[in-house]
Amino acid sequence: MTIEAAVAAPAPGRALPVAAMLLALLAVWYGAAVFLNAPMQIDRFEREQAAWTTSDLVAATLRMERPLLPAPHQIAAEMKQTLFDLSVTSKRSLAYHSWVTLSSTLLGFVLGSFVGLVLAAGIVHARTLEKSLMPWVISSQTIPILAIAPMIVVVLGAIGLKGLVPKAIISTYLCFFPVAIGMVKGLRSPDTLQMDLMRTYNATRWQTFRLLRWPAAVPFLFASLKVAIAISLVGAIVGELPTGAQAGLGARLLVGSYYGQTVQIWAALIAAATLAAALVGLVGLTERIVGRARGERT
Amino acid sequence: MTDTAAMLPVDPAARGRAPAAGRRVVDVRGLSLTYATADGPVYALADVDLQVEQGEFVSFIGPSGCGKTTLLRVIADLERPSGGHVSVNGTTPELARLARAYGYVFQAAALYPWRTIERNVTLPLEIMGVPAAERRARAARYLDLVNLKGFENKYPWQLSGGMQQRASIARALSFDPDLLLMDEPFGALDEIVRDHLNEQLLGLWDRTGKTVVYVTHSIPEAVFLSTRIVVMSPRPGRIIDVIDCDFPRRRSLDIRETPNFLKVAHRVRAGLRAGHGYDD
Repeated sequence: MTIEAAVAAPAPGRALPVAAMLLALLAVWYGAAVFLNAPMQIDRFEREQAAWTTSDLVAATLRMERPLLPAPHQIAAEMKQTLFDLSVTSKRSLAYHSWVTLSSTLLGFVLGSFVGLVLAAGIVHARTLEKSLMPWVISSQTIPILAIAPMIVVVLGAIGLKGLVPKAIISTYLCFFPVAIGMVKGLRSPDTLQMDLMRTYNATRWQTFRLLRWPAAVPFLFASLKVAIAISLVGAIVGELPTGAQAGLGARLLVGSYYGQTVQIWAALIAAATLAAALVGLVGLTERIVGRARGERT
Repeated sequence: MTDTAAMLPVDPAARGRAPAAGRRVVDVRGLSLTYATADGPVYALADVDLQVEQGEFVSFIGPSGCGKTTLLRVIADLERPSGGHVSVNGTTPELARLARAYGYVFQAAALYPWRTIERNVTLPLEIMGVPAAERRARAARYLDLVNLKGFENKYPWQLSGGMQQRASIARALSFDPDLLLMDEPFGALDEIVRDHLNEQLLGLWDRTGKTVVYVTHSIPEAVFLSTRIVVMSPRPGRIIDVIDCDFPRRRSLDIRETPNFLKVAHRVRAGLRAGHGYDD
């Protein structure tokens, strides 16, 4: 990094270590790509009975069509092509596939958060619900999602639900859990004095919920929503695997692995990771805006 | 408690008015409260008798564990007694609480951190269904009364501990209850701030003619504020002395230097010493 670049960076104190870490990661990645792809390339050279030098080998390992581990620039080129060079309506456009996955992620997130909130409110207000529901809530998450996802798809398919909804239901199944657990804790977070105060005013349960329990639970809600939206995306991708879906990031992963298109798989993985980061960032931004409106100390 | 027209707490005509005699606000007879714990029963209160008339300022004083807070919480229906008879405003504590007969000030301000000071003060009014314009007017009036004018839009963390506690007093006053139950409201504050707030509280009591039941562990505070001091003792929690103070209703901190004040304080201290086992 030149002196000019360091000065131009907004926060040189932090930008420098972040850039250094990124460069180190890229270096490790390139090293690993050469190391992992070399045996395959050497085989090929020998089959072609070509004379090769070490620099030939390194160059060749970084431009294979189906490498074991693609180099970063190959993934970047694939992403540029499938995101920007293709029309978004194209079946090969990564933007199109991302949108398909994003739509079921968001639907599942909204449904799951709602289910989680309702469960938490019920559990906090009725002791019998806590005893009867909590074991099911917890055991629901001990079943591997890969095992239950095909069943959900088959069962919903039998009653005529296909496409978006089954995937969203799988997301719902995953993301209601952190919301329910977080909000049970959040709705119980008011201390004795704050609860006693409501009692002295002869407040109804609904007033106590609306004016005390709910606002007290808001910080817990955002912590839960950040986890929920990330696993909702995982749920949508997993949901696309057993459905034999034609579209979505999960479908790209599946097709990529059928044909050994590792570059395509990695491009879809990077797209999914970026999407997850953006969604969590969006929840974080909402949290900050809400926090400011609530006069929280920053 | 939606009768808003009758509420004139800073009525100059009421200033210096003698308490309306006769009406019994709190009546406690043979009260006992026992907690069952793993180590056997704990006798928080045993055979407590106490009557509080309208317009009185009654303080409970005693070492920790003497049941003074518990007694206040029983009057407020925040605690169920295990025996005896309690009535508030001539009815049960529960019905009195449901009728919003009292304002309770806790040891900590217990302001809701997500609400501004103004909206903390209007919280009980919101619950009681008072219209928004009336809520704002009352918040302004009571925040002025506790010298917090100009802090309406601040959040609790932006205020000092003393200011937070004053805001909580404004909140307890906002719906104009006749009875104020205060549990060591100034216990966590330094002495200068406490003196100042004591004077303000006394002025407020004098102007409004409210009945105050006050818990403290400070002898000067109890003697300065009260018309009657109830000295309590632990294991089991009980009343060991009731001392009348006949200082003028409007008094300044200077009376703490008078012989009469010292005499009362001495009697309180003697009572506390007699009730204290020093066995711990």
